[in-house]
Amino acid sequence: MAEIFVLAEHRQGQLRDITFEMLTKAREIAEKTNAGLTTVLLGKNVRELAKTLAEYSPKVLLVEDGKLENFNSEAYQKVLSHLITQRKPVLTIIGHTSYGVELAPRLAAALNVPLATDCIDFGFEGEAFTVTRQMYGGKVNAKAVLRKSESYMVTVRQAAFQAQKPSVPINGQIEEIPSPLTEEITSKRFLEYVLPPPGGVDITAADVLVGIGRGIKDQSNIPMVEELAKSLGGVLACSRPIVDKGWLPSDRQVGTSGKTVKPKLYLALGISGAFQHVLGMKNSDLIIAVNKDPKAPIFSFSDYGVVEDLFKIVPVLKNKINELKAQKSS
Amino acid sequence: MDIIVCVKHVPETAEAELKIDATGKGIEKSGLVFDINEWDDYALEEAVRIKEKFGGTVTAITVGSEDSDSTLRKCLARGADKAIRLTDPKFAGSDAYATAKILYNAIKNMRFDIILTGAQAGDDGSAVVGPVLAEFLKIPHATMVKKIEFADGKAIVNRELEGGLEERLEVKLPALFTIQTGINEPRYVSIMGIRKAMQKEIKVMGLADIGLGENEVGEAGSWLTIERLYVPPVEKQAEFLTGSPDEIASKIVEILKSKGLI
Ligand SMILES: Cc1cc2nc3c(=O)[nH]c(=O)nc-3n(C[C@H](O)[C@H](O)[C@H](O)COP(=O)(O)OP(=O)(O)OC[C@H]3O[C@@H](n4cnc5c(N)ncnc54)[C@H](O)[C@@H]3O)c2cc1C
Ligand SMILES: Cc1cc2nc3c(=O)[nH]c(=O)nc-3n(C[C@H](O)[C@H](O)[C@H](O)COP(=O)(O)OP(=O)(O)OC[C@H]3O[C@@H](n4cnc5c(N)ncnc54)[C@H](O)[C@@H]3O)c2cc1C
Repeated sequence: MAEIFVLAEHRQGQLRDITFEMLTKAREIAEKTNAGLTTVLLGKNVRELAKTLAEYSPKVLLVEDGKLENFNSEAYQKVLSHLITQRKPVLTIIGHTSYGVELAPRLAAALNVPLATDCIDFGFEGEAFTVTRQMYGGKVNAKAVLRKSESYMVTVRQAAFQAQKPSVPINGQIEEIPSPLTEEITSKRFLEYVLPPPGGVDITAADVLVGIGRGIKDQSNIPMVEELAKSLGGVLACSRPIVDKGWLPSDRQVGTSGKTVKPKLYLALGISGAFQHVLGMKNSDLIIAVNKDPKAPIFSFSDYGVVEDLFKIVPVLKNKINELKAQKSS
Repeated sequence: MDIIVCVKHVPETAEAELKIDATGKGIEKSGLVFDINEWDDYALEEAVRIKEKFGGTVTAITVGSEDSDSTLRKCLARGADKAIRLTDPKFAGSDAYATAKILYNAIKNMRFDIILTGAQAGDDGSAVVGPVLAEFLKIPHATMVKKIEFADGKAIVNRELEGGLEERLEVKLPALFTIQTGINEPRYVSIMGIRKAMQKEIKVMGLADIGLGENEVGEAGSWLTIERLYVPPVEKQAEFLTGSPDEIASKIVEILKSKGLI
């Protein structure tokens, strides 16, 4: 029977959400194509995680080795090359995460298995294996077909699939495989985790966030939006480029490499809506976006949209709010 | 330290109106402004800073048409010593995998201590070229790098994980790193610098020069073929507030009032 591999992603003893998202999609494909679903778990002292995975996957391949204690793409590549060469899965699914990006392209090239990265959908269509991925910051979707092969590989965008528990309980079998790693990995070594610097402002605790993006154009425009945020009783948050430029500290960044926020109001000013940003704010209660580009992806995640120059809206809006507050207090 | 930086000439699309072209497989490129890929801008800056500190050379290399010369010139103006453009009609249709093959064949006989690429390209964004190139060259790599230091012939790098967490790795040289935005602050180029760069040579090489066969590049040498492009379906369409800025602001205030936010 054909087999589908899902690589379990975990860090510091925790399985990561992407693992369950991938398993949900993999189960759907396995059912459709009558394939077996196998989760591959590499690590050290991770048997408990294997048990959890066995509730989602009929088979769990477990490889334990001290050299797999912390993620190291070279160690992972060696073990996965071994497993893929031996078992010849028709499809290997890996997360498009920091770990997946480090591992998958090189593994695919070494095995000469065609790979599509950052996929938001994928599956077998007759003889072909097709994928959907985004281009140009989410403005365009591309449907693409992978070169015909006996084995394919994909990396999957975070939150592209909603994790679901199997409808019928699965009591999967855990199969332990002896580690094929014989030597120490010396070309690349994990040293330590580095935590973000402790922040002054906790944007995850704010009810109102004014999120600014590259549309703010210049650092000198920040006081203007800071005042608006104050009028609204909120604080400033931002997209990544604002932190990259050093205009706001990193504790203000919303998105996959920043914070996930869920305020009562997220007012997005000059933010295009790249998925890395959207994943951090799309569950806000109310989202209002101001962007001069009517096609900006942010509008498909917002409750209200304003197609205008933010510099025309912000001052008027601030005055109106201040007037209203003055009326109320008088 | 001799450093090679792979750079891509990409269209700026954040503020542009994109139209899918007649083939349905690409976008209309006319009218779009092209520039160096954002991530590559940081990679080039990092390379120049390493050179300034330790000596050596910086070579910028791209796979692209003659139009990419403006991106290479920018690299030269910013401090690159040499520029190479890999151009051939047969390269058309190459995906990230084929692009890495082309780069590999041009680079394999060159001297280098480190290769830097962007973490991803802003247009296709597959984040594939760097690690695949490292595999072909059989050198270690690290992706999404936010800090590079050197000690005892090794590099100590910080890689970005999710949610603001990073990991520190020790990597033997020669190695390839893919650079994440924010690692440094790319410098501005002076007019003088650009003028000087206009006189520098850009070396151009094609398929035959790098010893690759026709079916190793282009669509035949790729993993991926695009079938069609389309505008993404909307998850939740915003209700648009229209009118003069004054009217729009009033509408926003009404919404906020109705939700008890002010
Ligand atoms: C691994 C990885 C992790 C990442 N993590 C994050 C993350 O955590 N958070 C994050 O935000 N990004 C992240 N990114 C970057 C992300 O892909 C985008 O590049 C980024 O979100 C874009 O920021 P932006 O919307 O501010 O800028 P742009 O995409 O440049 O958009 C600017 C917008 O402003 C609009 N605009 C311009 N002028 C005006 C005006 N006067 N009035 C109104 N609108 C105007 C434009 O139309 C445009 O839509 C990550 C990327 C990678 C590869
Ligand atoms: C099916 C398909 C067909 C295509 N056809 C064409 C075509 O006909 N003509 C065309 O011009 N493009 C074409 N492209 C795009 C082009 O081949 C891309 O450069 C290539 O796919 C690289 O992938 P990426 O942009 O996703 O790079 P990523 O892997 O995201 O880029 C990471 C880094 O690799 C380096 N890099 C990427 N591309 C280049 C490059 N070209 N030169 C030097 N360094 C680079 C940069 O440092 C970059 O930051 C096509 C892409 C696909 C998927």
